[in-house]
Amino acid sequence: MSLSLSSMPHPGPRKDAAMAARLGASRKRADIIIRTLCIAATVIGLVLLASILITLFYRGFDALSLRVFTHITAPPGSEGGLLNAIVGSLIQSVIGTAIGTPIGMLVGTYLAEYAKDSWLGNAVRFVSDILLSAPSILIGLFVYQILVLPFGGFSGWAGIAALAIIVIPIVVRTTEDMLQLIPNTLREAVVGLGAPKWKMIVLVCWRSAIAGIMTGILLAVARVAGETAPLLFTSLGNNAWSTDLSKPMSSLPVTIYSFAGSPFEDWIALAWAGALLITLGVLSLNILARTLLRSRT
Amino acid sequence: MASESVMPIKATRRSSGLGDKVFALICQAAGILVLILLGALIIELFIAGLPAFRAFGIAFVTSTEWDPVQELFGAGVSIYGTIVTAVLAIVLAVPLAFGVAFFLTELAPPWMRRPVGTAVELLAAVPSIIYGMWGFFVIAPAFAQNVQPWIIDNIGEWPVIGFLFQGAPFGTGLFTAAFILAIMVLPFIAATMRDVFEQVPPVFKESAYGLGATTWEVMKGVVIPYTRVSVVGGIMLGLGRALGETMAVTFVIGNANRISTSLFGPGNTIASLVALEFGESEIGSLKLSSLLALGFILFLLSFVVLATSRYLLRSRLKA
Amino acid sequence: MSLSTETQNQPTGSKSFGGMQARSEAALNDARVAIRNLDFFYGDNRALKGINLDLPDRQVTGMIGPSGCGKSTLLRILNRMYSLYPGQRATGEVLLDGQNIISDAVGVNELRAKVGMVFQKPTPFPMTIYDNIAFGIKLHEKLSKSEMGERIEWALTRAALWNEVKDRLDKSALGLSGGQQQRLCIARTIAVRPEVILFDEPTSALDPISTLKIEELIDELKRDFTIAIVTHNMQQAARCADQVAFFYLGELIEVAPAAQLFTAPKHPKTQEYITGRFG
Repeated sequence: MSLSLSSMPHPGPRKDAAMAARLGASRKRADIIIRTLCIAATVIGLVLLASILITLFYRGFDALSLRVFTHITAPPGSEGGLLNAIVGSLIQSVIGTAIGTPIGMLVGTYLAEYAKDSWLGNAVRFVSDILLSAPSILIGLFVYQILVLPFGGFSGWAGIAALAIIVIPIVVRTTEDMLQLIPNTLREAVVGLGAPKWKMIVLVCWRSAIAGIMTGILLAVARVAGETAPLLFTSLGNNAWSTDLSKPMSSLPVTIYSFAGSPFEDWIALAWAGALLITLGVLSLNILARTLLRSRT
Repeated sequence: MASESVMPIKATRRSSGLGDKVFALICQAAGILVLILLGALIIELFIAGLPAFRAFGIAFVTSTEWDPVQELFGAGVSIYGTIVTAVLAIVLAVPLAFGVAFFLTELAPPWMRRPVGTAVELLAAVPSIIYGMWGFFVIAPAFAQNVQPWIIDNIGEWPVIGFLFQGAPFGTGLFTAAFILAIMVLPFIAATMRDVFEQVPPVFKESAYGLGATTWEVMKGVVIPYTRVSVVGGIMLGLGRALGETMAVTFVIGNANRISTSLFGPGNTIASLVALEFGESEIGSLKLSSLLALGFILFLLSFVVLATSRYLLRSRLKA
Repeated sequence: MSLSTETQNQPTGSKSFGGMQARSEAALNDARVAIRNLDFFYGDNRALKGINLDLPDRQVTGMIGPSGCGKSTLLRILNRMYSLYPGQRATGEVLLDGQNIISDAVGVNELRAKVGMVFQKPTPFPMTIYDNIAFGIKLHEKLSKSEMGERIEWALTRAALWNEVKDRLDKSALGLSGGQQQRLCIARTIAVRPEVILFDEPTSALDPISTLKIEELIDELKRDFTIAIVTHNMQQAARCADQVAFFYLGELIEVAPAAQLFTAPKHPKTQEYITGRFG
């Protein structure tokens, strides 16, 4: 059968039906095998998450008592709690987010409203994305160099600074993304009324994007509340009660780290209680953020 | 207020022009602050590490020495550990992430997609320290008792790759660290893959289905070629995350400054070494400088990987 | 067959319709595909209602009607493309070679080897021209390298693309022009050697010259393949189709040889539509 002529005949119904059927069966088998493996991969992912949560509840729930919330950390064997660590974590996370958020929002606004395609905008966007995924331990080292060494020691402020630097790129990303979702017709409508651009941004764009930006802020709080590495070299930890931000300050993750690595049963138990608390807090914030975003869009 | 309502136009016009300039400047200044932050981070780490680079020269990168008594420091072991655990983590995570993404985009019934997708993403929200504790108290003992002995007995005898799986089943070590890292980067890779798979126009998939392709053949023949660049970008993102992960690795890697040929042997990574040794270093010591120099090297490693990832994922943003 | 036999004895001949020539030959062949009492649902929404239609063997059936009338839906039933999407289902019979192809008894992949489809927009896969054509063939047949080469040449020749691409088979298909890409997709479809080819508005994304080429190609292909084409362009239906079916709100209003439907429609709705009063 010569096949190079344009008027060549249709080869007709397949004569090789048996081969097609054989091939079809083996293709179907491959498809089923891959499907099964993919379902297995998903199940493995879910089982791992479940295993982490179950472990936390199993080990942390027993150790969780009122004492954890009313007593500060104490030497092994002396009935301590985690009060100072919890309060320290709250202070540092909240102030860190409060400092990082406005900066992040301004940067995100700059990227979305002023510098969409300028080289400076692209550079800022690139650097912000690098900061978003850069190892957080390096941010700890950096803050150690600029705030701990020159100012004579570890402090709550240094911890806050490290967390704020982590917050900034998270808020930048969500702010820019959310502002980009706003249709240009809305912007034109506002400017068309004679409003200056900054009022358009502050009064209309930010307000339209607020649900998304809130999501970003919640995710940022969740992220920094669980950070350990950047606090090791900045706020260090403090086994005494202290809310003085110029002194070393305790935090839940750092306390968990030192207690979990200790040989003392009661400290390890407290570490599990702290781990349960922090995970529940972080996961609830995440779920809350997602629900918020979904209900508004 | 009264005078403003008499001559509103002139008054607001002047102040609003100023307001616009000020607001634009504030936004731009915030943007420049971000540039300065990263620039300062690089410079500070480099300057702080300079004494170590001066003392040991280029050999700092390759030397496997870490001897605080004789003040001899080298980054070789921790660089080796960083790269081996991160790469092995990617090898373990990519098939899982692909499976999850394939399941979420093509196989799962619609009602299941959001809850399962959210659950996998929550893996990324669990703090690093929690992975460390879980790895140390749950995974490491399980590996020591069950997984590693089996692998050592079976795969350890294989030619060519057998040596990677020999030695004593400690439970902790490079392999366990890589395993934990794999779980931690899984959600990042899976989410990227899912997002780019979803961006393939349905009509392309339908064309392949229209030729009689199975779901897997459509994935292999059309979706993956179509999204290849972004998929690699997602994998690089996971790699970048794995390189600098600290707390989880510190718990399970065994923290020994030696290069073991077996993946079951202990080791360290740049991040775990810095986290452990920092507290025991005196201000102004060569050791502290060496640790900061390690930080600088870690930054360079992550920067290259993350920048590559971003470059590859850019095409997705533009499309 | 009921509808087509009924119309077979209608007067034929070339008649002018709105300044264009409708096809002259009205004699329709026996049915290759027979659609019987076909209903289709998107969830609870009944999108097709009791469709009865024959696709005559090795002739072109044009499907026209306003947007949302169900013509594309019907096309996507013929290769069960709808089964990709949950909540969509069809009831009734679509007979091809005596088998009801919408029943699960017929393997969906085997069905699609018999019923090929060309889409609105060209869909070249991101690979070489050669691999694009080979993609479909490899799914169903194991061919030697030389057999594969012959088959690819055959398919590209039939799609009137061979001369334009024979020197660049190893180049990416994404470098072809829009019209060439669409002919590549046609070649990819016929390379599997289907019996029926479905065209879903195949020229809506193309310029007039490329459109003309595709229409000529369809005319050429019907010597070997049974063809169904959905189009929003009535001139195109008049130029390409032997038989035209008019759909409205999920119902088949009228089916007749092209010349007759465009010059002497029986149903007032058809009359209104082809004279441009709605749509």
